[in-house]
Amino acid sequence: MEGHVRARLVKNHIFKGIVMLFAFISLLPLLLILYYITKNGISVINWDFLTHLPRPIGEAGGGVFNAITGTIMLIVLSCVFSIPFGIIAGIYLSENKEGKLSSLVRLCVIVLQGTPSIVIGIIAYVWIVAPLRTFSALSGGIALSIMMLPVIIKTTEETLKLIPYHLKEASLALGVPYHKTILKVILPSGLSGILTGILLSVARITGETAPLLFTAFGNQFMNWNILKPIDSLPYRIFYYAMSPYPEWHTFAWGASFILVVLTLALNLIARGVSIKWKIQF
Amino acid sequence: MKKDERQSGTDRSEARFAKILAISAVLIACLLFAIALTLFIQSLPAIKTFGIGFFVGKTWDSASEQFGALPFLAGTLLTSFLALIISIPFSIAISIFLGEYFKEGAASTFLRSSVEVLAGIPSVIYGLWGLFLLMPMVRVIETKLGVPPHGVGIFTSALILAIMVIPFSASIGREVITLVPSDLKEAAYSLGATRFEVLKNIIIPYARSGIIAGILLSLGRAIGETMAVTMLIGNSNFIPTSIFSPANTMASVIANEFAEATGLVSSSLIYIALVLFLVTMLVNIIGNYVIQKISIEASKEVT
Repeated sequence: MEGHVRARLVKNHIFKGIVMLFAFISLLPLLLILYYITKNGISVINWDFLTHLPRPIGEAGGGVFNAITGTIMLIVLSCVFSIPFGIIAGIYLSENKEGKLSSLVRLCVIVLQGTPSIVIGIIAYVWIVAPLRTFSALSGGIALSIMMLPVIIKTTEETLKLIPYHLKEASLALGVPYHKTILKVILPSGLSGILTGILLSVARITGETAPLLFTAFGNQFMNWNILKPIDSLPYRIFYYAMSPYPEWHTFAWGASFILVVLTLALNLIARGVSIKWKIQF
Repeated sequence: MKKDERQSGTDRSEARFAKILAISAVLIACLLFAIALTLFIQSLPAIKTFGIGFFVGKTWDSASEQFGALPFLAGTLLTSFLALIISIPFSIAISIFLGEYFKEGAASTFLRSSVEVLAGIPSVIYGLWGLFLLMPMVRVIETKLGVPPHGVGIFTSALILAIMVIPFSASIGREVITLVPSDLKEAAYSLGATRFEVLKNIIIPYARSGIIAGILLSLGRAIGETMAVTMLIGNSNFIPTSIFSPANTMASVIANEFAEATGLVSSSLIYIALVLFLVTMLVNIIGNYVIQKISIEASKEVT
């Protein structure tokens, strides 16, 4: 009897040990990735790298200034398209919890979220690049905004659902019209949640490369025209990483360092916003 | 009179507001429909030329205009399933760790935020890292095993995919494990069960369908993942002969060839994209349906 109990306890401990071991082994890649990016990336980063354009191979120096501005421009473009649209659709879903259209839209959001990014790249190519006959920042922005949409819709819906019903009732009882109640009472109290969703979706698309391969394409020169191809950090990393030149490989690490810092910062800010600005009911 | 006018003005903006909301919802549905329709129309030339036989065709040759997607189908299935097999023990361990052993506290916070960071790292950076760290490692393994040391190939891609899907399936697994009703667990503990026995006989059986749904959803992720795989798979349009041989997945062949493609090549690539879209759609709908059902059941049991 004693032995039986001990055997069960031993089994219990062994299992716990295995779970902890496997859980922490899976952190190994993260440590290695962060270590390599910091080790190889930080030495490349200097003022020149951040403020100069890429130079042809063989010439020393050069940087990724155009990729940084390109990434920022793509983010702004995709935000312009997706934020208003996403928030409005999110309001619709939170206001119409049941109904055929709502469940259809919810299904669409799920499918859209799972759609491979490369497929969205093809869509933007067919819709924008092919008719305009040129790769463009605009098409890249559209592709990225399609990727942002489901995240924004979902977080808006979930945030607004959590806002207590009596807030709405109080406003309606005071005679405030329904649309003003939504826009001036419900939406502001859900602001932190919506903002978190937007930041998370921006973090998600900042590192996306696949939809940009045949939309924004890449450009080794500076460009501010949204109808011309534009460079971006992820594309530059891909281009440099696949090149045969060791100098460019170090540049890829440097650009990766910037990109990782950028996405992690966005994630951190998003988390900070959701904690700090949380309205307690 | 004046009051009426004001009233009707409010009514009008009310109606306009409702209309805008409904239109945006309809537009979302239209967007998805338009995506599916665009893919279908653009792939029509390829569908007409090759039909269903496209998926058993073994050659992909632009010179002779012979396109078959079997090599990419094989590449996608091999990399995704291999990645799932590698990732399952780790993601289940993380789910149990966070869902049962350490629900809160420093260890839990540390592991959870690390997994979140892992999920937030862009795909292209996984590719870069794989190219300069995993590839030499795999090359060493391949030399030891006596296979041609490409370094890149199905095995390397599956490794990087496994790392990339772990956070995803682990977070779903954690959620369904925390949904297991505590009265069931407490009943088992009060009968003298050890934690391992509770996990084995109560938690895992109860959460099984949710864990499987999580694995299904990560399969959807793995199938559609493009950049890291494109960088590590070796870009070869032939049917892979072993798990170490270079290949192409459905996503990576699009990434590699679409920018320069015209005519039938481009149409065939869009045909592949259409299939990719339909498969991930199916996987996502099923996975989400299962998880939704579980959370509805769990919320019923609480009340």
